[in-house]
Amino acid sequence: MSEVLVVVEQVDGTLKKVTLEMLTLARELGEPAAVVMGAPGTAASVADKLGQYGATRIYAAESEEIDGYLVSPKAAALAALVSQVQPAAVLLGATQEGKEIAGRVAVKLDNGLLTDISGLASDGTATQVVFAGSTIVTSKVTRGFPLATLRPNSLTPSPAEEAASPEVTPIEFTLDKSDTRARIVERVAEAKGARPELTEASVVVSGGRGVGSAENFTLVEELADLLGGAVGASRAATDSGFYPHQFQVGQTGKTVSPQLYIALGISGAIQHRAGMQTSKTIVAVNKDAEAPIFELADFGVIGDLFTVVPQTVEELRKRG
Amino acid sequence: MNIVVLVKQVPDSGAERTLRESDHTVDREVADNVINEMDDYAIEEALRLQEAHGGEVTVMTMGPQRAAESIRKALSMGPDKAVHIRDDALAGSCALATSAVLAAALRDLNPDLVLCGAEATDGRVQAVPHMLSERLGIAALTGARKLTVDGSTLTVERQTDEGYEVVVAQAPAVVSVWDTINEPRYPSFKGIMAAKKKPVTELSLADLGIEPSEVGAAGASSAVVDHRGRPPRSAGQKITDEGDGGAKLVEFLASEKFV
Repeated sequence: MSEVLVVVEQVDGTLKKVTLEMLTLARELGEPAAVVMGAPGTAASVADKLGQYGATRIYAAESEEIDGYLVSPKAAALAALVSQVQPAAVLLGATQEGKEIAGRVAVKLDNGLLTDISGLASDGTATQVVFAGSTIVTSKVTRGFPLATLRPNSLTPSPAEEAASPEVTPIEFTLDKSDTRARIVERVAEAKGARPELTEASVVVSGGRGVGSAENFTLVEELADLLGGAVGASRAATDSGFYPHQFQVGQTGKTVSPQLYIALGISGAIQHRAGMQTSKTIVAVNKDAEAPIFELADFGVIGDLFTVVPQTVEELRKRG
Repeated sequence: MNIVVLVKQVPDSGAERTLRESDHTVDREVADNVINEMDDYAIEEALRLQEAHGGEVTVMTMGPQRAAESIRKALSMGPDKAVHIRDDALAGSCALATSAVLAAALRDLNPDLVLCGAEATDGRVQAVPHMLSERLGIAALTGARKLTVDGSTLTVERQTDEGYEVVVAQAPAVVSVWDTINEPRYPSFKGIMAAKKKPVTELSLADLGIEPSEVGAAGASSAVVDHRGRPPRSAGQKITDEGDGGAKLVEFLASEKFV
């Protein structure tokens, strides 16, 4: 069986969920091989977990350059690896960095690129959900091999029936001057507490204009924390300064696809729907009975969120 | 500092958007076409840099005749001139071909800085800035929420899932911006009138030395095989809060095994 390369995304030794999804998908398509690119020691820190999800081999590019410059060195390493092993397909996360690496590799190898796929069949046909979730497209690469970025939360990751113990093979690659032009001088983590990453969370609780103020967002956070979810916000809420921009869900923010999406005080303009319409179950609380969000909601409560949400919180606490 | 701002005309993301039955490409005829929202922020950033450091701001777009409206609209904010890359053979171009065409035009203009929006609301590929960087051999600083220029040194704060990264490069470079970077100005009446007289250079594939077979649907590196409407979500249960809305919400969550 041919190898399917999965480009690993991790933070401090913890694999991003989309990586586990990609390995799960790769097992259907061929022999999954993980590509780890980062500071020295990264591959060792994630090898066990990659093995549990069926990675039979780890290709590693570990150096200060890989870690210290924006995207280009990773693209150089991945392109070199692809030329050496001729994989059946290459999967990356449809994250900012995943999309950027994929774009550079597409140019280097003059290979077609499929972005934001939600599935890939063994004949190379991919599915994509476009236009605010309104249209499903099937597409394929017509020049080269399937090179695709997978939208997080497209499938449920599952460990392999039999864990593999992947051996680590260093990738042989060279960097030229143009690969080290954008130097990362500082990485700043902004506190988001213990909450899961927005695009990966199984539960997302979002607040909109109806939340009314930054202080009131603690109510949204409280419900999210009780459900083990992430907090999101509509554009109206982030533009009004109620919540930081990086938590914006919508056309100009993050696209989320959780098991459960709870919209509080969000009218459901198309701008917002673009970012959450593919959620499995949608719950909405809004005092306007005509709010478009109710057209999507599996369960809608017409009412004041300042009475409905505290009662919800209280009921959840009772259930422990 | 000479700046080129890349602008894309896209179907309005606030309205209904469809693909054409015949070739599965975006139906741009029926759509309400507007400047990609994120591009306004790139134009604004270019104008602010021009105010601080001088130089010229050029708007560049690749698109059909209709894109001329978007060019005038962009110029009304204040840029000096525009380049419109227009050729019938370009219809249906993939991101790879688009980046090759833009790179060819940028090579001729040789700007110090290329600014663009972090993503287009139609394709959402987010890869073109890095494709251009790869083709031109210049730095790409992408996803900027802040850009500082000091001589030829460019510093950006790049938004990430975890927070942000500070990334530094020397001009020339491609910088893509999010809508957190500034607040775009509205065109003034004077600006709208002035835009009508500003020079717009039209470039064809022949002008750029690119063969028609390398671009468009014929030269595409990926293809849409089929498309269909996603089944509309059927609206579910809707209740009016009569003092027990929260309790009923929790019952629903329990029935769906979320709690």
